Amino acid sequence: MNAAHRQVSIDVQESEENRVLIEAIEADNPEVTIRHLPGLIKLQAPGQIVINRESVEQRLGHEWETGEFQLAIVSYTGNVSEWDDDQIIVKWEH
Amino acid sequence: MSIESPRAAPRKKLPLKERYALLTRDLDWEPSYVDREQLYPFTRYEGIKVHDWDGWQDPFRLTVDAYCKYQAEKDRRLYAVLDGFAQGQGHLTLSDASYLNSIKLFIQAVTPLEYAAHRHFAFLARHLEGPAPRFAALCQSIDELRHTQTQIHTISNYNKYYSGFHSWSKMHDRVWYLAISKSFFDDAMSAGPFEFLIAISFSFEYLLTNLLFVPFMSGASFNGDTPTMSFGFSAQSDESRHMTLGLEAIKFLLEQDEDNVPIIQDWVDKWFWRAYRLSGLVAAMMDYMLPKPVMSWKEAFELYFEDQMLGGLFPDLDFYGIRPPRHVDDAIAEKEHLSHQVYKILHNFSSVAAFTTKTPDHVHLDWLSEQYPGTFDTYYRPTWEKHQRIEAGGGRMFFRGLPQQCQVCQLAISFTEQDDRRKISFRRSEFRSETFHTCSNGCKWIFDREPEKYVQAWLPVHQILKGDCGGPTIPDVLAWYGIQTGDNGEYNGSPDEQFWRAWHNPSLRHGE
Repeated sequence: MNAAHRQVSIDVQESEENRVLIEAIEADNPEVTIRHLPGLIKLQAPGQIVINRESVEQRLGHEWETGEFQLAIVSYTGNVSEWDDDQIIVKWEH
Repeated sequence: MSIESPRAAPRKKLPLKERYALLTRDLDWEPSYVDREQLYPFTRYEGIKVHDWDGWQDPFRLTVDAYCKYQAEKDRRLYAVLDGFAQGQGHLTLSDASYLNSIKLFIQAVTPLEYAAHRHFAFLARHLEGPAPRFAALCQSIDELRHTQTQIHTISNYNKYYSGFHSWSKMHDRVWYLAISKSFFDDAMSAGPFEFLIAISFSFEYLLTNLLFVPFMSGASFNGDTPTMSFGFSAQSDESRHMTLGLEAIKFLLEQDEDNVPIIQDWVDKWFWRAYRLSGLVAAMMDYMLPKPVMSWKEAFELYFEDQMLGGLFPDLDFYGIRPPRHVDDAIAEKEHLSHQVYKILHNFSSVAAFTTKTPDHVHLDWLSEQYPGTFDTYYRPTWEKHQRIEAGGGRMFFRGLPQQCQVCQLAISFTEQDDRRKISFRRSEFRSETFHTCSNGCKWIFDREPEKYVQAWLPVHQILKGDCGGPTIPDVLAWYGIQTGDNGEYNGSPDEQFWRAWHNPSLRHGE
C-alpha cells in the first residue's frame, strides 16, 4: 500500500488544554479518526497528520509554539517529516 | 500633538531551523591535534560505514534552551499530580491493592533499565561523530535519568503503605525474573554503538514502547493510579522524541551505504525478538495484574504492532531493502498465548518473587474468554478453574522446583509450539561440545548467531545451583534477594490485602 493510504497516528494525553489542540488537528485533517482510551486520545489518519500553529492559536486565544506539542504528545506512528515554527507534519515517506 | 515614547524594536527571533543549526552544529569543531579515529574510537569496528555525519536530521530541532523549558514544564505538571495524590491519600482510591503488584514489577524491572539507558546514551553523547546525533543522545541521556528519578519519587509513596517496594535496585541485580529485563540491557550495552542504537532507539523504543507504555499507562489511569499514568505519559512524551531518534538512526544508517543494510537487518531481526520476549512481562501485567483491565495484550499487539508497525512502518523501510523482522510470524501466532503463559510462570513462582499473585476470579476469567474467544477456554481457563478449586479447599499451588531458563531471553522455558499448543517449545544448540537450551526459534537463532556472547549469560537457576546465591535453601536465596515476609506468595490474606480491607472497613482496624 502506498504512503498516502497507510495510517499514521498521534496519541495525546487527555487534558483541557489538549482538547483545543485536538480540535485544531480535527479541523485541519478531515480524515482523522479519534479513539478514546483512559487518560489518552488516539488520533489516526491515512497518509499524514498536520498540526498548524495558527489553528491551535486561534482556538487557544494566545500564542502557542510548535515545541509545546512535546508537552501534549504521548506517542506517535509515522515519520516526523517537518517540524518548524509554523507546522508539524507526521507522514509516511515511501 | 502627542509625543510617542520610543519603543524598543521587537526582538528578532530566528527561525527554528536557523536556531537549531547555530546552537547545535555550528558549535562543533574539527579536531586539530588528534585524528578522528582517535577521538571517536568506537564507530568503526561493527562494519557500519558512515560517509557524511551531516546527513543526520533531527526533526525535533531541539536546542538546549527549548529542551530545558519544556522538560521543566513536564516535571512541574507531574509533581503537581504527585503532591495532590499524596496529600489526598490517593492510594486508597486505587481499584484494589493487588493492582500494585504490577507497579512492583515495574520498579524492579523497568526503572533500572531507565538508568542503564541514561548511562549508555551519555556514552553515545561522547562517542557518536556527528554533532546532531551526539546532542540527541545527550538529551536522551538526561531524559532517562529524569525517568529514573520521577519513577522512584512516584512509586516511593507506595512504599510507606505496601510491601515489596523496598529493595528493587538490589533485586534487579539478583532476582530470577528480573534477569529477563536486566539481560536485555546488558546485551545491548555490551554491543557496539550502532547496534545499541538499533536495539534500544529503534527496536525497543520505536517498534515496541507503545506496547510497553501506552496501554499499560492507560490501565494505570483506569485503576486510579494517576501518578503512574502521569510519569508514564510524561516519560512517553520524551519517548516520542526518542522514537524519532530511533527512526532517524535507522534511516541515516541505511542511506549512508548499501553495505549497512544486511548488518542493520540482522540487528532488526535480533532485537525485535529480544524486545518482544521482554514485552511478555507487560502482556501478563495488562491481562492479569490490572484489577480493571483496559485493553488485552492481543488487541494492543494488533493495534500498535500489526497495524501501526507492520502495516505502516515496514512498507516505508522496504524502500531501503529492510523486510519485517525474522520470526515476526511466530510473535503474531503467539498473540493468543503470550500473556497467559507468562502469567502462569509468575503465578507459579510468586512464592520466590517480590510481588504477590492471585488466581483470576470468574469475572476476570469471563473477560479473558471474551478477549481470546478462540483459545482461552480451551487452553487456559481449565487451569485457572483448577487453581480456584484447590484454593476453595484451603490450598494454593506454588511450583517448588527450579525452572529451566532460556539461554537468551532468560524466561522459563514454558512457551508452546505453534502447531501444538500443549507441547513445550524447546530448542537445543551445540557449542564447544556443550548443549544450550532456548525457548523458541527466535531465541535459538540469536544464540546460534553469537554463541560466544550468550554462553556467558548469568542464569539465575544455574547460579543458585552453583551456590552463588546465598545458600541451598529457599529461605537462604530469598534472604540474598532481599525479599521480606509479606513481599511474596499469595495476595489473598497477604499483609497488603489485610491492610487494604482494614483501611476500607473501619471496624477491622486494630484495637476497634
